[in-house]
Amino acid sequence: MTKIVAVTGNEAVANAFRQIEPDVCAAYPITPQTELMQRFASFVSNGQVKTELILVESEHSAMSACIGAAAAGGRVATATSSQGLALMWETLFIASGFRLPIVMPVVNRALSSPINIHCDHSDAMGARDSGWIQLWSENAQEAYDNTIQAFRIAEDMDIRLPVMVCYDGFIISHSIERIEYFDDEIVKKFVGEYKPLYPLLDIENPKSFGPLILTDLYHEVRKAHSEVYKNVPKVVLKVAKDFEKISGRKYGLFESYMLEDAEIGIVILNSAAGTTKDVIDDYRNKGVKVGLLKPRLFRPFPYAEIGNALKHLKALCVLDRADAFGGSFGPLYLDVAASLCNFDQKPILINRIYGLGGRDYMPEHAAGVIEELRKIAKTGKVKSLKEYIGVRE
Amino acid sequence: MMGWKEIPPGMVILEPGSALKVKTGSWRAAYRPRWIEENCIQCLLCWLYCPDNSVKVKDGKREDFDFDYCKGCGICALECPGKKGNKAIVMEEEVK
Repeated sequence: MTKIVAVTGNEAVANAFRQIEPDVCAAYPITPQTELMQRFASFVSNGQVKTELILVESEHSAMSACIGAAAAGGRVATATSSQGLALMWETLFIASGFRLPIVMPVVNRALSSPINIHCDHSDAMGARDSGWIQLWSENAQEAYDNTIQAFRIAEDMDIRLPVMVCYDGFIISHSIERIEYFDDEIVKKFVGEYKPLYPLLDIENPKSFGPLILTDLYHEVRKAHSEVYKNVPKVVLKVAKDFEKISGRKYGLFESYMLEDAEIGIVILNSAAGTTKDVIDDYRNKGVKVGLLKPRLFRPFPYAEIGNALKHLKALCVLDRADAFGGSFGPLYLDVAASLCNFDQKPILINRIYGLGGRDYMPEHAAGVIEELRKIAKTGKVKSLKEYIGVRE
Repeated sequence: MMGWKEIPPGMVILEPGSALKVKTGSWRAAYRPRWIEENCIQCLLCWLYCPDNSVKVKDGKREDFDFDYCKGCGICALECPGKKGNKAIVMEEEVK
């Protein structure tokens, strides 16, 4: 059974947390994540969940407490945004290095400076190589669904890795949308009982986390760690298949939209994909063969699958909601380009930076990109590889 | 040495007390502690403060140093209250 409600993205994810009822949650408020944890704190205060909510003095402490609780043997969750994620940075690597299945919604927000509370993806992109799995979500329904699936993915005994669930600050976190909630029992059954691996609180079997590993073994430890990520896509797909059985909603490693017969294409993450799909519909009605790919599993990046899905295009624009300063391309572009570089047949690639600090991404921006791609496909000529769009001169 | 396929998840060490296999005293600072039994009041502060495992205790009583685990840091000598002002641990120059 499902219930149809009108809620914000944060409210939906807070409800997923309530239904899953983690053992421990250590969090610190930061816009636009605050509403999520404030709602979850109400569930704790009202006795609706038995979660131990630890109120800490910073995100560094939040992640540290989560690591301790997860190593102790608990199911653990937290959430953050922007500077909060940046402050967690060094401990993120410890969570993944310890293989602790912590789940953390990241409500995407721009990084300082200048200070800004609105959406872009520079926060999560800064943590993309921290060893956390990243699932990206277009709307509140996807944020809710991904949060529920994230626990199953993180806790799978073949991988045991922490997961970030990314969704756009304010655009999704604070907008009210139509959501289908599961009954609590369905979610509880789906995530199942938590099975700890090497819990510290199992004092009959003493163990040590975090040893000093130097030149003689560190290289081997990291090789072993990198191998684990090869198993992630199949776990993500297995969980998605089970999720489809309870929801009827299909999830994959990425979403393809009118891509198979397309000549030109756009790769874009999160909420802006919705706007882009609308504009693609308009162009399809005019007979323009344009398609879209929206990555869902961004870390580990499914290079082979994405390369194969895009290689037939004539021209492709990767739209990044984060810049990589210092002359490089946006982070999403870099991975898409790497996924295509070894194919003989591949599209001409361009990179456009949009929507930083919450700048609206409008249908005309998508249309502008499609017009440019049409010209590139026709002439083979590229004016500039990387450029900002929607920016005042 | 271990190959990468033998690495346990998260590099969690499941064998208790395996740090004993690492003999940290294989090299030492310029000084080593000497225990003077007649000045020892068996307070065990040296055992408590030793950052490694060089103070051995048997049946609640202190025994002599185990130099396999002593780096010569001198914390034991500093903390030692001794008996009537006479230290039960003194640091002496390492003899080559």
